[in-house]
Amino acid sequence: MSASTDLLIIIPAFNEGRRIVEIIREVRGVVPRAEILVVDDGSTDRTGEEARRAGAVVLRHHFNLGYGSALQTGYRYALGKGFHFLVQMDGDGQHDPEGIPSLLKAVRKGKIDVAIGSRFLGSCLYPIPAVRRIGMVIFARIATLLTGQEVTDPTSGFQALSRRAFELFASRHFPVDYPDADVIVMLKRAGLNFNEIPVIMRPAPPGKSMHTGILRPLYYIFKMSLSLFVTMLRKP
Amino acid sequence: MLPRQKIFALLLSIAMLVLIIELVRRRKLREEYSWLWILTGSLMIILVVWYDALVALSHLIGAVLPTSTLFLFGIIFFMLLSLHFSMKISALTDQVKELVQQMALLTGNRGMEGSRRRKRVR
Repeated sequence: MSASTDLLIIIPAFNEGRRIVEIIREVRGVVPRAEILVVDDGSTDRTGEEARRAGAVVLRHHFNLGYGSALQTGYRYALGKGFHFLVQMDGDGQHDPEGIPSLLKAVRKGKIDVAIGSRFLGSCLYPIPAVRRIGMVIFARIATLLTGQEVTDPTSGFQALSRRAFELFASRHFPVDYPDADVIVMLKRAGLNFNEIPVIMRPAPPGKSMHTGILRPLYYIFKMSLSLFVTMLRKP
Repeated sequence: MLPRQKIFALLLSIAMLVLIIELVRRRKLREEYSWLWILTGSLMIILVVWYDALVALSHLIGAVLPTSTLFLFGIIFFMLLSLHFSMKISALTDQVKELVQQMALLTGNRGMEGSRRRKRVR
């Protein structure tokens, strides 16, 4: 167990099974001195136990709250333990841990608070359904407009955060539904900086997407639009 | 409005009020959720008994029949009630989230014995 409070890797996980073990091993290979936190979001399989056996710290939600809430539990843990930096990544293997150092570089220097790993600046090794792609582009354009800065991959959960950033995200203002474009706009309005860094994203295992079905994408569009609108209305 | 309609509306409103108050008395309904019901029930009784007020209100909103006014306010009532519930559910969702997160943080990195139902494979 690493005693360093420099870097925390947060991996929210829900029923990732044995996959989580491989991810933990890969991460450890890239950043051996970092502490790895897996937030078990009410998994019904052995995700939590497997992660703990692989040497990660595991916090468990008794009920499934969702990706955003699991992330936030991670932020609160990082805050409480006094970590300086954190990198968040998905538990399904989509995010290549090799990208961690480049995400951290600018954040460590203190120039930016949030480094977002963009698959569109880097490379995306799997096909994205056309409908989904259109939606992503639209919200990327909206985010670019609202922040005055180039945003290409607002839904990317592969990010490096400074303490300032996860301090803000640990508060109740954090949108736990689908935290992406609205979070970027929110942090900008709160006076924080962000930047996009190219990363590689690998194919996700089948059937695990948060955006499946017909109703979900529609809800996502509605929710994100409303959230962006309301974020602009609120005081920074 | 026909006397039959009046009597029916009156009986219904009184029955509803009595029911709501009884439920609050038995602690099956919290006061905070009962106020909208009580307000609506009372309003209906007033409008039915005081017919002139109902007619004036109907003219005000442009309704042709006084009974339409009663129906309309019934619908508005349900809208408000649903909205009230949505707001309460939003608050509860936040509270549950906070609790589950706090529990996770307090429990820390401990084993998971007894914290979930285990599926026995025989």
